[in-house]
Amino acid sequence: MAKKEYAFYPGCSSQKGASASNYLTSVNAMCDKLDVTITEIPDWNCCGASIGYAEGGELPRLALSARNFALAEKHMPGKEMVATCAACWLAQREVKERIDHSEVLLKETNEALAAAGLQYQGTTPIRHMVEVLIEDLGYDALKQPVVKPLEGIKFAGYVGCQTNRPFGIDGESFENPVYLDKLVETVGGEAVPYDQKVTCCGGALAFSEPEKSQKQIRDIVESAYDHGAEMIVTPCPLCQANVEIYQSEINKKHGTKLNMPVLYYSQLMTVAYGGTAKEAGLDGHLIRAKRLEDITKK
Amino acid sequence: MSEQATARYTNDFLKEVEKNVEEGHWVKMCMQCGVCAGSCPLGSAWEHPPQEIFMMIRAGKREEVLTSDSMWMCTSCYNCMVRCPRQLPITHIMHGLANYAHRLGLAPKGQPTRETATLFWNNLIKKGRVNELTFSLALYFKDGFVQGIKNALNMQSIGLGLVMAKRLNPMEILGGHGVKDQAGLKAMIAKAREIEDRKKGFSA
Repeated sequence: MAKKEYAFYPGCSSQKGASASNYLTSVNAMCDKLDVTITEIPDWNCCGASIGYAEGGELPRLALSARNFALAEKHMPGKEMVATCAACWLAQREVKERIDHSEVLLKETNEALAAAGLQYQGTTPIRHMVEVLIEDLGYDALKQPVVKPLEGIKFAGYVGCQTNRPFGIDGESFENPVYLDKLVETVGGEAVPYDQKVTCCGGALAFSEPEKSQKQIRDIVESAYDHGAEMIVTPCPLCQANVEIYQSEINKKHGTKLNMPVLYYSQLMTVAYGGTAKEAGLDGHLIRAKRLEDITKK
Repeated sequence: MSEQATARYTNDFLKEVEKNVEEGHWVKMCMQCGVCAGSCPLGSAWEHPPQEIFMMIRAGKREEVLTSDSMWMCTSCYNCMVRCPRQLPITHIMHGLANYAHRLGLAPKGQPTRETATLFWNNLIKKGRVNELTFSLALYFKDGFVQGIKNALNMQSIGLGLVMAKRLNPMEILGGHGVKDQAGLKAMIAKAREIEDRKKGFSA
């Protein structure tokens, strides 16, 4: 297989000591096994995420994502940009679409970028890591390195919102995307039918509207139990954090006994590819995925 | 027809929204089907669901729309947007209206998502990257010191769990991650804000 190289936009939550640092750990291990090289874009900045709009408005937000494109174009010309975070990927795609289709916004964005000595040219496509996996490599290639199939483990594939809407993965439906289930099956696991696959976890409102958000999270976890899943798997760092972290809060308030691990697809793949628990970032969970840890010890 | 009777149909507010609100030019395309309201995960929390907000804009109800906390219920899930039969970018319009109301000082005071969003933006532009520790602390302490200690104690087991899992770093209090070109980033944001304020008539 030809070696693939990308300009990598990890995003704030993937940084060392941040809430999705174990996502990055597992992505690095997964990419190693697949011979995919991801090189961090020098000096990338935050995309503004889903609540940046309220204080940030339109143009400052466009400028943030445009700066990331401009840095990739300047330092890594010709390389496609790949993001692992749903919100980072979505913001970059939205901004690219907005400024590529408006001469006025393009001009104003570049006026702002000029203050940082940068320019947006619009030559860098933005991809999600999932797109790299299933479009550039393909399920067959993803199956080849599997040495420890995740046999007998039932996963609820929780796609969530922002990797799914409004853009989504090409060829997938908004209501019932199947790529995550296929990824689970590719590494030997069982994907259970799951009716909360694209339900919102509350996103950033987990902070500001905890009751409303925790109702969403409870539905998502309880449905996974109802369908016989042992673990939830997701492509989104905020989905992962919200759905894992608040289970104990929900238990405290409602007397439930939710205790379901929430993993990233990249952790499943790293384990199936023979990686250690540490390489798969399995030490980064409040609710440990014991059965996956056991597989790494085999 | 008397002047008074026609005055309410001048639609100044629709024009204002079309001119000043992000993606506001789409508002007139709404056909009032209500699929957005039925698709929202927080649907029941909206005093006025999106289709109602759109009709209120067209009816010139400026005060009611801009002081409403409805738009602040948006979780950015984009379900309304992909289901809208007229393909209105509803999520963006709700964000745009919330931002417009916030910048004009008309958004409800103390609205939790408004406060959280402001803290989040200020945190990220300080160094160009979000500092999750100082952001969480700012959130806990936004309603004063005593409430802050209570909030922090409430979340203590989760916080410690995250520290143990190396997903929250107490040392971030010393500054933490950031971009190298902070001067450039700040100049860029200042310029972008200056252009936007001029265009949309916000005072700085």
